Amino acid sequence: MSTKTDKIDRLAELTQANETTTGASLWREAFRRLKNSKMAVIGAAVIALFVVVAIVGPWLAPHTPTAQTWRGEVFANQGKFVGARGENWFGLDHLGRDMFSRMLVGARQTLLVGVVSMLIGLVVGALIGMLSGAAATLGGRTGRRVDTVVMRFIDILLSLPSLLLAVSIAAVMGQSLTTVMIAVGVVQIPVFARLLRGSMLSQGGSDYVLAAKALGVRRKRIVLTQILPNSLSPVIVQATLSLATAIIEAAALSYLGLGNPDPAVPEWGVMLAQAQRFFDNAPMMAVYPAVGIIVTALGFTLLGEAMREALDPKLRG
Amino acid sequence: MPLLSVDELTVTFGGRGRTPSTAVDGVSFTVDQGQVVGLVGESGCGKSVTSLALMGLLPRKGVTIGGRAVFDGEDLLAMGPKKLRDMRGSKLAMIFQDPLSSLNPVIPIGVQVTEILERHRGLKGEAARKEAAHLLDRVGIPDPRRRLKEYPHQLSGGMRQRALIAMAVACAPRLLIADEPTTALDVTIQAQILELLKELVDQEGTALLMITHDLGVVAGLCDQVNVLYAGKAVETAGRRELFAHPTHPYAHGLLGSIPRLDAPRGEPLNPIRGSINDKIAWADGCAFAPRCDFYTMECLTGTPQLTEPRTEGHRVRCVNPVLPEAPAEEVPA
Amino acid sequence: MSLLELDGVKVHFPVKRGLLFDRTVGHVYAVDGVSLKVEAGQTYGLVGESGCGKTTLGRAVLRLVDVTDGEVVFDGTDLAKLPEEEMRKFRRRLQMVFQDPLGSLNPRQNIESILSEGMLAHGIGANQEERREKIKAILQRVGLPSNALSRYPHEFSGGQRQRIGIARALVLEPDVIICDEPVSALDVSIQAQVVNLLEELQEQLGLTYLVIAHDLAVVRHISDVIGVMYLGSLVEEAPSDALYAAPKHPYTKALMSAVPVPDPEVEDRRERILLHGDLPSPANPPAGCRFHTRCPWAQPRCGQERPVLTDVGDGHKVACHFAAEIESGDLPLTRPTGVEAVVGTAASTEESAGEPPQGDAKTV
Repeated sequence: MSTKTDKIDRLAELTQANETTTGASLWREAFRRLKNSKMAVIGAAVIALFVVVAIVGPWLAPHTPTAQTWRGEVFANQGKFVGARGENWFGLDHLGRDMFSRMLVGARQTLLVGVVSMLIGLVVGALIGMLSGAAATLGGRTGRRVDTVVMRFIDILLSLPSLLLAVSIAAVMGQSLTTVMIAVGVVQIPVFARLLRGSMLSQGGSDYVLAAKALGVRRKRIVLTQILPNSLSPVIVQATLSLATAIIEAAALSYLGLGNPDPAVPEWGVMLAQAQRFFDNAPMMAVYPAVGIIVTALGFTLLGEAMREALDPKLRG
Repeated sequence: MPLLSVDELTVTFGGRGRTPSTAVDGVSFTVDQGQVVGLVGESGCGKSVTSLALMGLLPRKGVTIGGRAVFDGEDLLAMGPKKLRDMRGSKLAMIFQDPLSSLNPVIPIGVQVTEILERHRGLKGEAARKEAAHLLDRVGIPDPRRRLKEYPHQLSGGMRQRALIAMAVACAPRLLIADEPTTALDVTIQAQILELLKELVDQEGTALLMITHDLGVVAGLCDQVNVLYAGKAVETAGRRELFAHPTHPYAHGLLGSIPRLDAPRGEPLNPIRGSINDKIAWADGCAFAPRCDFYTMECLTGTPQLTEPRTEGHRVRCVNPVLPEAPAEEVPA
Repeated sequence: MSLLELDGVKVHFPVKRGLLFDRTVGHVYAVDGVSLKVEAGQTYGLVGESGCGKTTLGRAVLRLVDVTDGEVVFDGTDLAKLPEEEMRKFRRRLQMVFQDPLGSLNPRQNIESILSEGMLAHGIGANQEERREKIKAILQRVGLPSNALSRYPHEFSGGQRQRIGIARALVLEPDVIICDEPVSALDVSIQAQVVNLLEELQEQLGLTYLVIAHDLAVVRHISDVIGVMYLGSLVEEAPSDALYAAPKHPYTKALMSAVPVPDPEVEDRRERILLHGDLPSPANPPAGCRFHTRCPWAQPRCGQERPVLTDVGDGHKVACHFAAEIESGDLPLTRPTGVEAVVGTAASTEESAGEPPQGDAKTV
């Protein structure tokens, strides 16, 4: 054996420590960072619990949520309520219904409102944002004009107070859960549109887009393979965060009496709204749905913030 | 006694959940009164971290600093934050690579200069403004009275760097640390700034620690040069000695790889192979070994020590230095 | 006939303001009438400092920016007037290597995908298998391991990324590659690797380069002909060696003398020509010779009449009214070129008072 091969072997051995992992895409790396983040894990756990409750809640509920089984024990007009006890873990509401069962069943409605209204905002907003962004970056002069017009319209939407907008929609469409979902969703549209467009605009000016143009890649393909995938991170984060806001806003609308009037379907926001009348005598009636909403919203916010950190390109490497 | 004596400076970064990485790994050098000393190296060699450590500008959290840096009889690394703040700007000043981000964008240049004069020299009002105008004129900013009222974004890159130099020399510091002061500037502007620095050092007797990746800048400016690689000084010599006889294979290779404006054309360059990522830990051997043409088994056993294989004061951290009697080829098997 | 001929190319960017729809309030004269010829198989080096329009000119050749006026004739076709889709197809033959190796690679595509993009756009290769084979061959040619295919840009070092950028251009088998600052973002020891690679590739594949850079030493090393740009136009053009041996335009002289040489002996001996002040704004360029506000030999005529690029023999072209007089030493200096140019003196204040402000220090 010559010393030459020896030294090469030794060098290879010493440099091995520096070998980097291979073939990890940015998405995968972001996911790895997410897994190592305490914030993300807690947030995900809360969300998972919430989703499980929303799905299996109705089967877990010990009592029928709408049955006024204990109406003889509660006299709301006399300020007589029943608190937590062995039979009813969260006590009874003003009509003598089991609060615990109502919470379990209500989770599904709350999740539905959150997800659907977020999706309305995300899909419509992202679509507008994408078209506007694509037009602005690669559409030439006409494209820039289209973008200007669309964005001024979005600005008008954005400048309306969101609650006012929601109330107006509710006024037109009447009182129902669908109204709440659409109202909350529409309010989110300009947020997503602006976010995606802004992100696409900044990516559109980057060198790799210029490089793709120089390669002769068609414009449509540049938008879809180059600009869009790199512009999605903030939108994903925003989607998670707006699930939290959607749940809270839906609760607010329900609280204002615009929510689902159907007493057969309990929903946390409606429950909170109803509880306010009896807050002096039965504060716990408000606390349960409020805590439910806050904890769920917090779960989504935690996950959203953790995702923002994980997806931040500055932390790459 | 040297003005600044840095002894075994180490800087280790290691935040929560991250494997600690050593950016500066036992760097020692000295700066004498009125001397221009260069710290040269490529990205990741630890030159900028060294300067930040000396100025006390590294974040306190997640950074471990070891060694000593005795400036004018006091250890900069052991100094309290308040004392260090007083020191900065008065006896010790720094010029950064990016003049725009080192100037406050919402405050006029004049206010930023007079602030230093008030703080460290106790000048007030018109006296401070007069001195500020004088300083701007000193660094070659035309029409200084008008410039004092302007904001940083109204000045060009070269003018901003001059303003920064004016602020740095406002209190006649004994040591000026310049971290890549001309890298962001065009070459004709770079020539202006280098000439200005040279003139300041000559006239005021300020010592200058010049941090740069540009060997050309070093050749024209520095008295003493330290070549850094992967956090350690690998070669230290006087300017003429270093450029005439680069002895560490890295310095030797680096000088051989640069296209020169005054050299004959038509021959391919002699690059150093690999990249800075191809390195081994200093504890295991020479970090440069994976890229070195001359490495042997001895290079892979423990940290090589500084020796003086050629002349006194020309220190080289290498087991197989490039010497005239040993021709530049691989050691046979 | 030359492979690539630029004739009177102008690129003016409108400066726009407005609330709903933008109005044009002025122009930035980024490139203002440049004519040059690039011969097949040769390297044309374009040097100049930031803001001189060299990058814009390179992009104008590929129509990545709109050409305001003039012709860009490539192999007999005027690219400046081609419809968009025709131009897109022409880009296969004209490729570009960018300054920032990381920024010019899509961070979410792996190397195979990045290198396939151009082939897909031009219908090269029947299927992905075929394309992959081709990519592997090119990767080997630029000195990258074949396992690079499934890796992502952030997993490579700076030098390797630039090799990927070069490979991306090469897979299309172009005739001309425009290299925009191909090495300036790289470490010194890596620059030589990339310069050598570019030279090898030119030799093997007969490529034609238009190299745009601010580093005179690098440009001189790889170029056959060098053009020096100042504020949107060429001030001097000459074969590489001739330009170095005898620069004729005052700006070229100053530029050459400003480049630091890594040799103390040279540094100590040489005479620097230091320029006054900064580059004027290209939105408001000075009348007459663009350089007269900083030129050490400026004469009254320079402020009125714009010199044209004229051949002074042996393909050496210069745009200066007084090039001959400066060379013979008959023209006295009108501004100091030594250290007085950079250190404040009474003289400099006087002068700035005497001259109308150029608005030169205002950055755009």
